[in-house]
Amino acid sequence: MVLSVVQTPEEISSSAISSVFASRYVQDPLPRYRMPENTIPKEVAYQIIHDELQLDGNPRLNLASFVTTWMEPECDKLMIESMNKNYVDMDEYPITTELQNRCVNIIANLLNAPLASNKQAIGVGTVGSSEAIMLAGLAFKKKWQNKRRAEGKPFDKPNIVTGANVQVCWEKFARYFEVELKEVKLSEGYYVMDPKKAVEMVDENTICVAAILGSTLTGEFEDVKLLNDLLAEKNKRTGWDTPIHVDAASGGFVAPFIYPELEWDFRLPLVKSINVSGHKYGLVYAGIGWVIWRSNEDLPEELVFHINYLGTDQPTFTLNFSKGSSQIVAQYYQFLRMGFEGYKRVIRNCMENAKLLVDGLKQTGRFDIISKERGLPLVAFGFKDTNKSLAFELSKALRHHGWIVPAYTMPANVEHMAVLRVVVREDLGRQLVEKLVSHINGALLELDETTDAVPKISFTVEVKSSDEDQHHESRHDHEGSLHLPTTSIHWKQDKHDRIQKKVHISGGKTNGVC
Amino acid sequence: MVITAAVTDSKEQLYYTFASRYVRAPLPRFKMPENSMPKEAAYQIVNDELMLDGNPRLNLASFVTTWMEPECDKLMMDSINKNYVDMDEYPVTTELQNRCVNMIAHLFNAPVGDDETAIGVGTVGSSEAIMLAGLAFKRKWQAKRKAEGKPYDKPNIVTGANVQVCWEKFARYFEVELKEVKLKEGYYVMDPKEAVEMVDENTICVAAILGSTLTGEFENVKLLNELLTEKNKETGWNTPIHVDAASGGFIAPFLFPDLEWDFRLPLVKSINVSGHKYGLVYAGVGWVVWRSKEDLPEELVFHINYLGSDQPTFTLNFSKGSSQIIAQYYQFIRLGYEGYRNIMVNCMENAKVLKEGLEKTGRFDIVSKDVGVPLVAFSLKDSSRYTVFQVAECLRRFGWIVPAYTMPANAERIAVLRVVIREDFNFSLAERLVSDIEKVLKELDALPPRVSTKIDHKELEALPPRVSTKIDHVTAVANETEGIKPDNHHLREIASYWRRISNKKASGVC
Repeated sequence: MVLSVVQTPEEISSSAISSVFASRYVQDPLPRYRMPENTIPKEVAYQIIHDELQLDGNPRLNLASFVTTWMEPECDKLMIESMNKNYVDMDEYPITTELQNRCVNIIANLLNAPLASNKQAIGVGTVGSSEAIMLAGLAFKKKWQNKRRAEGKPFDKPNIVTGANVQVCWEKFARYFEVELKEVKLSEGYYVMDPKKAVEMVDENTICVAAILGSTLTGEFEDVKLLNDLLAEKNKRTGWDTPIHVDAASGGFVAPFIYPELEWDFRLPLVKSINVSGHKYGLVYAGIGWVIWRSNEDLPEELVFHINYLGTDQPTFTLNFSKGSSQIVAQYYQFLRMGFEGYKRVIRNCMENAKLLVDGLKQTGRFDIISKERGLPLVAFGFKDTNKSLAFELSKALRHHGWIVPAYTMPANVEHMAVLRVVVREDLGRQLVEKLVSHINGALLELDETTDAVPKISFTVEVKSSDEDQHHESRHDHEGSLHLPTTSIHWKQDKHDRIQKKVHISGGKTNGVC
Repeated sequence: MVITAAVTDSKEQLYYTFASRYVRAPLPRFKMPENSMPKEAAYQIVNDELMLDGNPRLNLASFVTTWMEPECDKLMMDSINKNYVDMDEYPVTTELQNRCVNMIAHLFNAPVGDDETAIGVGTVGSSEAIMLAGLAFKRKWQAKRKAEGKPYDKPNIVTGANVQVCWEKFARYFEVELKEVKLKEGYYVMDPKEAVEMVDENTICVAAILGSTLTGEFENVKLLNELLTEKNKETGWNTPIHVDAASGGFIAPFLFPDLEWDFRLPLVKSINVSGHKYGLVYAGVGWVVWRSKEDLPEELVFHINYLGSDQPTFTLNFSKGSSQIIAQYYQFIRLGYEGYRNIMVNCMENAKVLKEGLEKTGRFDIVSKDVGVPLVAFSLKDSSRYTVFQVAECLRRFGWIVPAYTMPANAERIAVLRVVIREDFNFSLAERLVSDIEKVLKELDALPPRVSTKIDHKELEALPPRVSTKIDHVTAVANETEGIKPDNHHLREIASYWRRISNKKASGVC
């Protein structure tokens, strides 16, 4: 099909015979800075890249990430079949667009959006929660600017109130879209945003208050209901009408299934938009998120672009334009395949396995469990011992077994704590959890037995010339004297520094903990 | 491995999908279904629905790659479960991205030393790339103006009216004014002279396009550079250039290596290119490269601890799949410079075949130029009996998706059809397309003359809401037939065509 002339005839015959590892291709260094001049056979290209990628971590043992790492083969098949469809060609791929619309409706209903039955919900599929949050933030910013302009007040200093435990994408939104980020600092034992303090920080320039359902650090759900009540009171007094956005990136697909009575979504009147990651507990591979708005009024019309789609109007509001369709198809597949009961069972299994891990850790007697029982299926734990470096060392020791368990310091104002976090995803079964516990026990033994590294003794040698030399000159050519300089030797034993790979989540929120 | 208990009734597994009850139930549209269903049934149902989508390979509207080698597919599926942003966990994947950035930077003659790393990043397409580049320019300009003590609240950007919709998005979302240089009939790209005239002290950059979306032409970046340098000398504003090489970035270096448009021109500070267009990768990867560190303000860059060393990142998206980045690297080493060049030569040859076939019919004017992206844009010499929109509609019946649209301001009188020649569009397909176009022309010739009328705003507003919307400039359809009032249906058809193309840069022409 492809009419490319990519190989001259002689090369074809020889490369067909010689196996990849027998050929000269595995001897040449891989190009790093410049595109290579010549073409190479496809099998060789595949093998070379495949081999290099073996040195990447194993995604399924990556306990740092919420993002899905396993899907059924049927779904893989669907994904590869739609990989060559550019999602944005709505005209050409109307069914794929229809699937996105259905997913939006399904999620909006899951989040109790106030929709008349069979009415189209307002929402969009994105490439992850970062884009979703930027869109939601943009909508709030525009709405607030329009309101202030109509009131004749200044609108150049918008700000947003969140907890210090927010994920880095909020910081990105703030920096790129020129909104000030007002963070509610954490306190010892309380690792999420305090609604009272948050409401105190709200001022006339606040475009919204962002609550997190499923904090990145400890998996807790923030008390959105309390926030809603306090903010409603404040709004009545001040008349500012500050709305709430719920960042349910992780929690959006957990709470509706196992805590359906928890009021955090559109049932609360001040919640105007919610974002959720399809690639976390939505059980799809990386690359899909969703943002839903309560109603038409919450999405300013000037931000929406209208595309002619099958003769009808398809409004779109995204930052990315061309992107693959695979993940959207996969999300719909998951909704259809699993249904409500399927998702409920998966999340329940995850919670069970998380509890199993918690029990195993408690049994060692060395850990404090920081994550709460009510929240995401993750386990955040720290050493009872206040030595911060222990957490990092345990993380390093577990790497030897192949587990990737991140360790990090908490943000302001609890930077003295270091925690390890294990995310229990769908594919972390009971057997693996038990293995993990036994490896942790083994690693603890290793840590305890670690002898100090070879002590370092440093010697300083001082060479001083004797005093006489300085004032003495030789008077005759055939006579002189040679004085040996006096020397002294000092030594001291240095304590070696332990090398730590620190992953800070403080100040500029620069780390990719997601 | 997955302890999901999703199938309650074991007998279901014996059922043949099309014999089961699953194909009788309506598909969920608004609510999640209560129960699970077997995976085979779910797969079959979704697969069957998707059959009604267009065939990607016959989609001649899109630049985006629709075919890759099976080896590459395999690599992509193997890495589909890797979240690219976990740089700590997947260091090799990150390394591959860095290598791609370096290769592209060298391809564009970035002034980077032999062992230095280039400044650039992989994105999810040119939209994100353009937003990042624009953000960098905006910040740099703001910092400069703040230092000079001048106002910095009204930034603007100068581009041609032929820009792709993502520039409009950037302007709207990041609060930058878009100053467009209008086109003229016969000149469908940005005129460097007019562009430089529009530059003022609030201009953050001038954006030139290499490979215009509409006609595939390359803008004269060299001339723009010279004129802008002169103006900068007079004014001292130091306005830079950004080159949107989304399509052209992987064409010009291979087919027209002497064309100076990239970092060889001193005012060009950043370039974006789409990996998923002529970079020959599936949808979902773009690249943006900056000339040097100074062109990327440090405050925009986030630093992630990566293998103990610092990995600076600057992207809008965070989590995303790794497949396309790996595929891009695969293409670079698999094809190499000669491979890409051979492919582009083939595309241009096939474009020529198509062009000659169309010229032979004697019914079309070719609007695209020879030096440019391998695409063929053509308009009807005589639009009185039928328009290109009807030709496009008829071609759909043969399976071809060929878009038709009017040119933007001020050349709205011209309507064209555009065929993009991608890697997988070979000689025989080109011949078949020409013969199908001839068939369509014969059909349309045989139809009675088109019933048409002047449509003004009032009549449109009277139409049902589905059709009448805020239309800014609907121009009259040529030729009227006296005394015949068209029926609603026809009005609707015509109005929807015009709406599709006359709305401000709303169509997904990419």
